[in-house]
Amino acid sequence: MPFSIATATFMAALVLVPMGWLAVTSLRDDASKLFTLAHYRQLFVDPAFLKPLITTLWTSAAVGVLCLATAAPMAYLVARTDLPFKRLLRILVLASFVTPPFVGAFAWVLIGGPNAGLINQLYYALTGLKPFEADSLINIFSAWGMVFVMAFYTFPYVFTFVANSLDMIPSELEEASAIFGASPWRTAVHVTLPLAMPAILAGFIVAFLQSMTLFGVPAILALPAGVDTMTTKIWSLFQFPPQLGLAAAASLPLLLVTVVLLRTQQVIMGRRGYSIIGGKSTGVRPVKLGVWKLPALGLFAIVLGCSIVLPYAVLVRTAFVKNWAAPMAGNLSLEHWRFVFLEFSQTRAAFLNTFILGATAATAGTILVVTVGYLSLRRVVWGYRYLAFLATAPVAIPGIVLGVGLFLAYTHSPLVLYGTLAIIFLAYLTKEMPVGYQQVSASLKAVHPELEEAGRIFGATRLRTLWEITAPLIRNGVLATWILIFIGAIRELSATILLFTAKTKTISVSMFDLRESNDWGPIAVLSLTMLTLCFALIALVHHFTDRRRT
Amino acid sequence: MKMLRRMLLAVGLAAVALPGLAQETTPAMIAAAEKEGTVVWYTSVDVKVAESIKKAFNAQYPKIDVEVERSGSERVFQRINQEYQSNIHNVDVVNSSDASHFLFWKQQKWLAAHTPPDAARFAAQYRDPDGMYFAWRATLDCMAYNTNLVKESDAPKSYADLLDPKWKGKLVKAHPSYSGTSLTGTYALVKALGWDYFEKLAKNGVQQLQSTTAPPKTLASGERAVMVDGNEYNVFIEMDAKSPIKPIYAREGTPFVTSPTAIFAAAPHPNAARVFQNFLYSVKAQQILVDTGGQRSVHPDVKEPAGRTPLKDIKLLPDDAQGMLPQINDIKKRYTAIFGS
Repeated sequence: MPFSIATATFMAALVLVPMGWLAVTSLRDDASKLFTLAHYRQLFVDPAFLKPLITTLWTSAAVGVLCLATAAPMAYLVARTDLPFKRLLRILVLASFVTPPFVGAFAWVLIGGPNAGLINQLYYALTGLKPFEADSLINIFSAWGMVFVMAFYTFPYVFTFVANSLDMIPSELEEASAIFGASPWRTAVHVTLPLAMPAILAGFIVAFLQSMTLFGVPAILALPAGVDTMTTKIWSLFQFPPQLGLAAAASLPLLLVTVVLLRTQQVIMGRRGYSIIGGKSTGVRPVKLGVWKLPALGLFAIVLGCSIVLPYAVLVRTAFVKNWAAPMAGNLSLEHWRFVFLEFSQTRAAFLNTFILGATAATAGTILVVTVGYLSLRRVVWGYRYLAFLATAPVAIPGIVLGVGLFLAYTHSPLVLYGTLAIIFLAYLTKEMPVGYQQVSASLKAVHPELEEAGRIFGATRLRTLWEITAPLIRNGVLATWILIFIGAIRELSATILLFTAKTKTISVSMFDLRESNDWGPIAVLSLTMLTLCFALIALVHHFTDRRRT
Repeated sequence: MKMLRRMLLAVGLAAVALPGLAQETTPAMIAAAEKEGTVVWYTSVDVKVAESIKKAFNAQYPKIDVEVERSGSERVFQRINQEYQSNIHNVDVVNSSDASHFLFWKQQKWLAAHTPPDAARFAAQYRDPDGMYFAWRATLDCMAYNTNLVKESDAPKSYADLLDPKWKGKLVKAHPSYSGTSLTGTYALVKALGWDYFEKLAKNGVQQLQSTTAPPKTLASGERAVMVDGNEYNVFIEMDAKSPIKPIYAREGTPFVTSPTAIFAAAPHPNAARVFQNFLYSVKAQQILVDTGGQRSVHPDVKEPAGRTPLKDIKLLPDDAQGMLPQINDIKKRYTAIFGS
């Protein structure tokens, strides 16, 4: 009992301490510490804040719409039709999911820069037009450029939501519609679409929230065009002298929108009860695409080409040439690799810090969520519901807001953590807890309590049952949780950007520093290294979760 | 005995640390520095230039590692101040292209007095009278153009020329909230041309980057045709790499930016800091800065490579840290309102 109280207190503190400081700081004057509403007033009156707020809202909505327009049909194609290469396509969608959006944005600078970008170079070469004299084909340095790149890396959320829900919705209704003579198109629009509507709306909300809270993509693509979003604005308030009250106040709209939308999403998803009717599905009879096969594959080719194929190709090219904008011939070089791994002072420390943070956050996070998962799913203690709530609550806190909160909480006595890895550790632990909890509770739910009860009946203590029966059964799930948290930690940027110091830099922050001086070669090298790492780890997760199924 | 030696050393340090008196690198200082093992250097110089300085230092002092923390001057300032406010003393030696930072740090009594022997010979305007900082390097915050995209005869000759609509969407510049060079340049240009000029310039579709090291690279890649402000030294580095770009020294004048270094009084590696600071001003390091780093040096013994326009032939807008200091926040705010963050 005291143990679970301690766990609950610790988890509550993870969220409440930074958010409490956020609230307090937003309501008082930075210097006099007296109560004031001035920060909030400035937030809603000063165009310097109103403009970013409006930009953030419309661009996030645009990303949501774009994701729906592409990912919902893609999900339908994979879940319901005889589209070829389905398995490969699902893997590639997963690959865009794993790619850190800021890495994608780096690549897109090189692809879509209006004059030197490789696509535009090709366009000028093909049309005989000259850069600057004619308009470029695409200009990635713009609010719309940012919207597209964000969409390339958020569409997997919508895809996964819709595809998973279609997998779960029995296809009998659709087959009935087909038997009554409706065309596949009519069935899709009038039967499948309404059934999948909750998942589609939920997907939209997640895409909206993702784009609203991204920091790297707007900083890389929108700032050069003079466009601010809320996240870049909050970040810029930390320039010396930092305007902490304003930063705290500016964090609030992000927090509020997230909480409200997540609640809406829960309500929408909760109403899905009607879809799962009538026992187990007898298996889906795929809709025949016929001549539509090619256009369908074309859709995948465009989306995956933009999110995976082109960016990866450009990163590889950039990493191995001296001048990224020049032709490859006579330009090949290992110079950037040598620089990053032999000369660049920060490389070693950044990798070391990143691994320490990833490993500690993953270990502590796994222990925490396994404990909480067990206590709450087995209803071992009173108030188990609150434990589960505490474990999932951080999902409502955008990374940069968490960063502001932790900064405010731990840069002064009694507990100064700023300047140590501990403050970044707290950020990662808090941010990754919900993901870890989902993963672990899925594994725990798969173990029927009867197995444990059998152990108890034969006289084993709870601990022994846990160790000898439950632990071996959930081992792979736990390992997968550890790796997922680790991956989440090593690709984090938006909270880290406010919390790092020279001694506590991570790989992502080093890449961001290099971006500010346009050192694209070293950035490409670090991006490829990070991606390789992420994919190797994902393969490991897959290995563990797959074994569990058999 | 050990105690006594340390006391003598301390007294010795205090004696030679008097302002204006140069402090040579002694074997005792090197031994103490090697014991410390590391010097932490926050700098705003281009990351590859910084690493080449580190390499040269390591060749001479293999037992002292240099941790390079490179960022824009204003970011360096933000990081150090934030660290000091939280009582974190991590930095040993700092380099910033915003000379007013040194006024601020000196006011806070955060800097240590230490005059490298070479710096003692610098002209008076490049030395702090109290021996805390010196003009380690200098560069111009200049204009430049891509010679493939713009013919020499068409290239702009002045800041006023940039307002011509024919440059719309072709311009690139750095940000004074990030870069000390850009801030120093913005201050000088506001004095010479007024804010009015910047408001008109913004209407000509400027690509806004952060560091002054970035626009020359963007220019070299062909992404933009004309650089409004950026480091002259990165222009030289690109030219040495055969990139098709050339500097422009505007008719109205080109901002001259000195970039001092200093040692922090609370430096965690005080001896390594002194050895390193002395090295930074040596003819050897200064010549590397000029030859491979494209910098201007105020060291009397350093030779300018051929092919660069000598400073005396360029109309310069001198930097004025004292005058700029009270206006910094206002400049950043107004600039951000016009061009974004």
